[in-house]
Amino acid sequence: MIINKAHIRDISLGIENLLLHKLRSFLTMLGVVFGVGSVVAMLSVGEGASKDQLAQIKKIGSNNIIITSIKSVEEENTTNTTSSFMSVYGLKYADNERIKATFSTIKTVVPVKIVTKSGELAGRTLDLRVVGTTPDWFKLVKRDVVAGRVLVENDSKNSQKALVLTEYGARKLLATKSTIGQDISIGGTSFKVVGIVKSTEDANSSGGVQMPDQAVDAYIPINVAKFYYGDITIKQSSGSSERKNVELEKIIVEVDDMTHVEATSTGIETMLKKFHSKVDYSMSVPLALLKQAEATKRTMNIVLGSIACISLLVGGIGIMNIMLASVTERTREIGIRRAIGAKRKQIIVQFLIETVVLSTIGGIVGLCLGVFIPLLITLFAGMETVITAFSIILPLFISVAIGIVFGLYPAARAAEVDPIIALRHE
Amino acid sequence: MSVSSSPNNHIITLEDANKHYLVGTNEVRALNGVNISFDRGGFWAIMGPSGSGKSTMMNIIGCLDRLTSGNYFLEGHEVGSLDDDALSEFRLRHLGFIFQSFNLIPQLSVLRNIELPLYYLGWEPEDSMKRAKELAMSVGLEGRLDHKPTELSGGQMQRVAIARALANDPDILLADEPTGNLDSQTGDQIMELLVELNKLGKTIIMVTHEQDIAMYAKNRLHMKDGVVDWIGSN
Repeated sequence: MIINKAHIRDISLGIENLLLHKLRSFLTMLGVVFGVGSVVAMLSVGEGASKDQLAQIKKIGSNNIIITSIKSVEEENTTNTTSSFMSVYGLKYADNERIKATFSTIKTVVPVKIVTKSGELAGRTLDLRVVGTTPDWFKLVKRDVVAGRVLVENDSKNSQKALVLTEYGARKLLATKSTIGQDISIGGTSFKVVGIVKSTEDANSSGGVQMPDQAVDAYIPINVAKFYYGDITIKQSSGSSERKNVELEKIIVEVDDMTHVEATSTGIETMLKKFHSKVDYSMSVPLALLKQAEATKRTMNIVLGSIACISLLVGGIGIMNIMLASVTERTREIGIRRAIGAKRKQIIVQFLIETVVLSTIGGIVGLCLGVFIPLLITLFAGMETVITAFSIILPLFISVAIGIVFGLYPAARAAEVDPIIALRHE
Repeated sequence: MSVSSSPNNHIITLEDANKHYLVGTNEVRALNGVNISFDRGGFWAIMGPSGSGKSTMMNIIGCLDRLTSGNYFLEGHEVGSLDDDALSEFRLRHLGFIFQSFNLIPQLSVLRNIELPLYYLGWEPEDSMKRAKELAMSVGLEGRLDHKPTELSGGQMQRVAIARALANDPDILLADEPTGNLDSQTGDQIMELLVELNKLGKTIIMVTHEQDIAMYAKNRLHMKDGVVDWIGSN
């Protein structure tokens, strides 16, 4: 439809009529204002919440598959407290080698061994969580180097007692956080600090997906860890001791392409099932989580959107109500216009324009409100909010549609006014 | 019951016009077989007691209502068979209405009220404003163009109504008790204006119950019980 001068005149006439009852028009508009405002606000809060989550998942790497050792369900249920009992479970070194050898779609496989040992330097002690891993770790999980270097091939090859501390661990154990080259005794074995890397900055963020190295303090070559600390850990707690034999805590697999992630993870699972009598491992696929998070986001948007749409509906009904009153009030005017020669269609258009103008202005005001509210939420609640083009266009479109839908009935009522009766109307 | 000598000169013809209403279970015969023709350029006063059918006749002539049976020819067209849109079109192009209670649209200025028929005729705003101004001047509304109807006196309001009725340059003006809400002096002025317009060629059909107002018309038509009682000329 081309907007010409006559349309502009019709619209300005509609605005003039609305301005005759400023308070009434304003109050009527409020329904749409709040409706549109809440649509925009809810969409942006929903969008922000899921973006947060998606960003965390993406950080782990959507090409990765993380396999973690767990106690199998059967083992968990047998409460064996005899001190001689030792639970043997989890991923084996052999699993790591097998995975590496079997799948052509795999780029890197990083074994992770975690031991908790007391670290000591110049009288200061700290329970260190030590990750035994390969240098590939640092390719997979990007960490900013604060000082020195990360682990390299030669450390593993030569079984160097090299230690990379996280900033967090360094702060606790070293007097200054950027001193490298010192010797730290871990569980009685002396290691040389070769580098310090940044800790995960959001180590304390709750709700998100845990990074695999979230609570880690130090890294050493895996073969060194195996040689000095073995696979058996003894946990002393309240008089009883628990012994367990876990070779690898985690295996992190990086797949060469996103499209291969699903097939590879299925393959790995099938393979593990063959070699493990019990399910003492769990697979975590960030890509699957990503997909799931996106599905959750869609659901959330639909739910929030529906709630907001209800308020829009209420706003629309408010407009309809006022327009019906306005038609009754202006029966005489309608009669005059009809007597002069206005066709029914022209009366419909006149009233429809008023409703659409009302709802559209309401929509625009609501949009401003809806953009403003998320800013406040971000400012005061610290929640991330995102306003997308969709969350602006949709409510505007809806508010125009509301004007048409809820304006049609009052306009049709106006058109049905009998001029003879209307002109007699006092 | 033809009044004019030449049938071609009839601008309005009603043939066996019947208009029956149902009021509850009673049938009211507002028009009961009316046969009448009005000549082009005439000035008619329709008189009669209330309930005689004069208002109904005005509504029929004004294309606001339809006959139950019979024929109505307006400018040679059979109007009775037309649909709502076509009747609206007829009102828009051929008729001008003047009412007892003026029937101006309160929120519109004098000029915008006068302009209204031109708006529905699809005129450009500049053109219709220009014509509305000319019309306002011609009926003596200088200096009141931007006033709202409520700020005007009765006589001025009726002048606006007359200017509006003239906007589409109609052949026929229909006036329903045009002086009913005016004092006699103002009423006389309005009637003089109508006489003037009649002299300019407008056919005027006016409903009134005042004898001295009816005196301004050329012809009188008395209604009684839904039929034409008698016709006379002044």
